[in-house]
Amino acid sequence: MIRVEGLYKDFDQLKVLKGIDCRITSQEVVVVIGPSGSGKSTFLRCLNRLEEATAGRVILDGIEITNPGCDIDDVRQRVGMVFQRFNLFPHMSVIKNITLSPTKVKGLGEKEAIEKAKELLKKVGLSDKENALPDELSGGQQQRVAIARALAMEPKIMLFDEPTSSLDPEMVGEVLAVMKDLAKEGMTMVVVTHEMGFAREVADRVIFMDDGQIVEEAPPLEIFKNPQHPRTQGFLSKIL
Amino acid sequence: MEVLGNYYTHLVKAFPFLMKGAGLTIQITAMSVFFGTIIGLIIGLGRLSPKKILSKMSAVYVDVIRGTPLLVQVLIIYFAVPGLMSDILDSPVRFNRITAAVVACSINSGAYVAEIFRAGIQSIERGQMEAARSLGMSRTQAMRYIILPQAFKRVVPPLGNEFIALMKDTSILSVIGVEELLRKGQLYIAATYQSSPIYVGVALVYLVLTLTVSRWVSYTERRLGVKND
Repeated sequence: MIRVEGLYKDFDQLKVLKGIDCRITSQEVVVVIGPSGSGKSTFLRCLNRLEEATAGRVILDGIEITNPGCDIDDVRQRVGMVFQRFNLFPHMSVIKNITLSPTKVKGLGEKEAIEKAKELLKKVGLSDKENALPDELSGGQQQRVAIARALAMEPKIMLFDEPTSSLDPEMVGEVLAVMKDLAKEGMTMVVVTHEMGFAREVADRVIFMDDGQIVEEAPPLEIFKNPQHPRTQGFLSKIL
Repeated sequence: MEVLGNYYTHLVKAFPFLMKGAGLTIQITAMSVFFGTIIGLIIGLGRLSPKKILSKMSAVYVDVIRGTPLLVQVLIIYFAVPGLMSDILDSPVRFNRITAAVVACSINSGAYVAEIFRAGIQSIERGQMEAARSLGMSRTQAMRYIILPQAFKRVVPPLGNEFIALMKDTSILSVIGVEELLRKGQLYIAATYQSSPIYVGVALVYLVLTLTVSRWVSYTERRLGVKND
């Protein structure tokens, strides 16, 4: 589903990604961990070309998105993304946040879009909030709306960029619960997170990144119980 | 006291005359605000365009217009441009005063409005554009549905300032004989030699006009729920 080959990303002098190779298969849940500044968010953002790669290829669902000629808007419809800071549209109600892209980009009818949005709101447990403005919701609720908004485009892949990092601790659980449900339904997911509990419970594979490279990757039980690389050991000993 | 009574009499006499001028001042300002906003939006978006040539051209526009006095721009548009065209076409070309006035003021205001829009758009968090793009929207769609509606709210106060400044600046048009408020006052003075009451009267009318606009801007701000965020 996703193939990354020799991915490099520089920001001027700063080399953030230094040769990433990886494959993610359909329905797989991959959790990316690593110290801050290791490039994990940049890696994720290269997967829907929010960051342009300096070198290398990203092939997504058979389409090489690193090719400048590819229709990236079309590809992005199939790749949902959830951000650390939610990024809901503050001037629109919850329901409008969710229906905007399906109606304007996909050309879905207004009625159909609203029905679909209501279904998704029910799924994330926010049926009573459809007319609220983002400002009126808690962080956890906003993030659940953001997930519903991404799902409204019926993506094949969901990318999560530290989805719980800006939440108060008591709200982390409600967002992770929605993500767990999604994983159970067979969604292909790439999740950058510091939630090791989530990684252990939900991930099929954990990727440990440090200094712009993938240092180690393994199923969660292996990597947490028996990390091979000294840098992985060092990182895990600090956070576990 | 007698002096004041005298002033008052002249002001009352001149009032209908000045009002005609004020009417033209309002009309020219309104038209220039309209076209200036369109120009400003185009140039402002141009400055932010990822296409280098567009952003360069827009930057040059803003630099040239902001870097030269409005008075000179008015003279160039009313005298220099038709003069050049006459030479090229080898037959006399003249512009209508009011048209030239509106063109000059719109072009001038457009540069300032462009900077206001640019700043307003750039003040919207980058995450908004990223969220919109990640949902499959094109840059244009994201601008239209997500960025501009939020930016518009933020630019209402500076736009209001710009329009008030523009209204006062239209007094410059008196030099090309546009019979706006100041010019009407000068014509009245030429006939009566009463410069003191009339210039003060002209100033008072400008004050009423600008205060009205600023009230209207504050009302719009409240209605749109502009917050100091």
